[in-house]
Amino acid sequence: MAVLVIADHDNATLKDNTHKTVTAALGLSKDIDILVAGQGAKAVADAAAKISGVRKVLLAESAELGQGLAEAMQGLVVPLMANYDAVLTPATSQGKNFSPRIAAALDVAQISEIVEVVSADTFVRPIYAGNALETVQSSDGKKVITVRPTVFQAAAEGGSASVESIPAAAAPAKTHFVDQQLVKSARPELSGAKIVVSGGRALGSSEEFHKVIEPLADKLGAAVGASRAAVDAGYAPNDYQVGQTGKVVAPELYIAIGISGAIQHLAGMKDSKIIVAINKDADAPIFQVADYGLVADYKTAVPELMDALTAAGK
Amino acid sequence: MKVLVPVKRVIDYNVKARVKPDQTGVDLANVKMSMNPFCEIAVEEAVRLKEKGVVTEIVAVSVGPAQAGETLRTALAIGADRAILVQTTDDLEPLAVAKVFKAIIAEENPDLVIMGKQAIDGDNNATGQMLATILDWPQATFASALEVSGGKAKVTREVDGGLQTLEVDLPAIVTADLRLNEPRYASLPNIMKAKKKELVIKELASLGVDTAPRLKVLKVTEPPKRGGGIKVETAADLVSKLKNEAGVL
Repeated sequence: MAVLVIADHDNATLKDNTHKTVTAALGLSKDIDILVAGQGAKAVADAAAKISGVRKVLLAESAELGQGLAEAMQGLVVPLMANYDAVLTPATSQGKNFSPRIAAALDVAQISEIVEVVSADTFVRPIYAGNALETVQSSDGKKVITVRPTVFQAAAEGGSASVESIPAAAAPAKTHFVDQQLVKSARPELSGAKIVVSGGRALGSSEEFHKVIEPLADKLGAAVGASRAAVDAGYAPNDYQVGQTGKVVAPELYIAIGISGAIQHLAGMKDSKIIVAINKDADAPIFQVADYGLVADYKTAVPELMDALTAAGK
Repeated sequence: MKVLVPVKRVIDYNVKARVKPDQTGVDLANVKMSMNPFCEIAVEEAVRLKEKGVVTEIVAVSVGPAQAGETLRTALAIGADRAILVQTTDDLEPLAVAKVFKAIIAEENPDLVIMGKQAIDGDNNATGQMLATILDWPQATFASALEVSGGKAKVTREVDGGLQTLEVDLPAIVTADLRLNEPRYASLPNIMKAKKKELVIKELASLGVDTAPRLKVLKVTEPPKRGGGIKVETAADLVSKLKNEAGVL
């Protein structure tokens, strides 16, 4: 069987999520091709060709693919599926947007956000905000799968696959791109960061969130996250949100400050290697998953932590 | 202009799901059930469009057991005009649910469908996109703002790293993200009024839709528990442990 992996990228750089999805795909087959769909994305395709174990890279370019329009992705991928038995896409907001369209067009189920490949037709996926894991066996001829990248190791580089250009499908007639406002940040991206510093509702205001969380994140070279409560209260933008309804992260180190640890937040960060919680409420549920807990008011604890980091040469 | 709002009855947002000891599923006996929070946001958005005079009729639809009728009553209490329950005790997959909605849409001919981006039980995030595909309608998922005028919907979407704005020709499917709005609480008079609104029940079999499952659930298990760690006394302790014990600094 042959498997298609759809690359995660921003038209300029290939994202690590692609490497992780290749690892998941290796559980199904050794014959893996990568599709890079975008615009001006030749460098992305060249980077994808370096992933070990990849047979070839397909590059399709158009304005609509560059804008990530779901209809354009469907038009491109569905005909390609004549050559593949499965298609795997990283479960980013982009992947979640178009992958179900491929499934519906092929009249098959989508197997969403898998965390384990048991065999070529059997997969494990979280349900109920990660409070249960479901093992499902697919009876469909073609498998359409999204992959939760954080749980898979990134495939190594060192390959030298060929890059083949293929035509994009016609532009979608009824969907029109207006514009895009991407947040520019010098900090690492939340979903791939080695360290994440997150703030919760205890911060109390947007000013306090910026004043407390950001300097600590910058000192550690970390990405900034937030709980849903902090986002809902307007202390942090929505794309900072870690949790079942936001981003799922699994950094080396996750520092939760003033976060109580609601189920939906834990679902987004419990696979982190080391979890640190700073909260003045000793009974907060976050302490049940934290490797290191500091029961203290963030107002005193964070400045002390900054000093201790400085003393430790950070 | 007519809006169709699909809603789903799910375990209440604040209840922790527990896996059955026999690993056949999640225990829903005697558990509080509510409208899926994203569906609630979709209903609220439709009601706001009606209050602005953009929408004239809101039809809520649900696929599920008889008790899903209560969820539809909640939608009627928030402000939907009438409701349709497609009754079944089967647990349908997103593709099957999309096919059921397609059959309802063929009867109702709405100009716009607003629905939640995902249900908090199956967490698939797929039904809206699948419905758009099989109808060949444009889609705008994960909406955080919606404007409807002149036969088009302008939708601001939550994407990785920021926001994207799309314009889609109607009829279209819009799926609601968390920040689209904050749903109102239904007032007591509106709850009373909702009891008198029309709720039509259709048997799933009467629609002639293929809803056979494509996935077989082999087992449902609890995720591995993360062992609790230790408490540290000071920030300096914490840094020393992170550096020397955990090796992450």
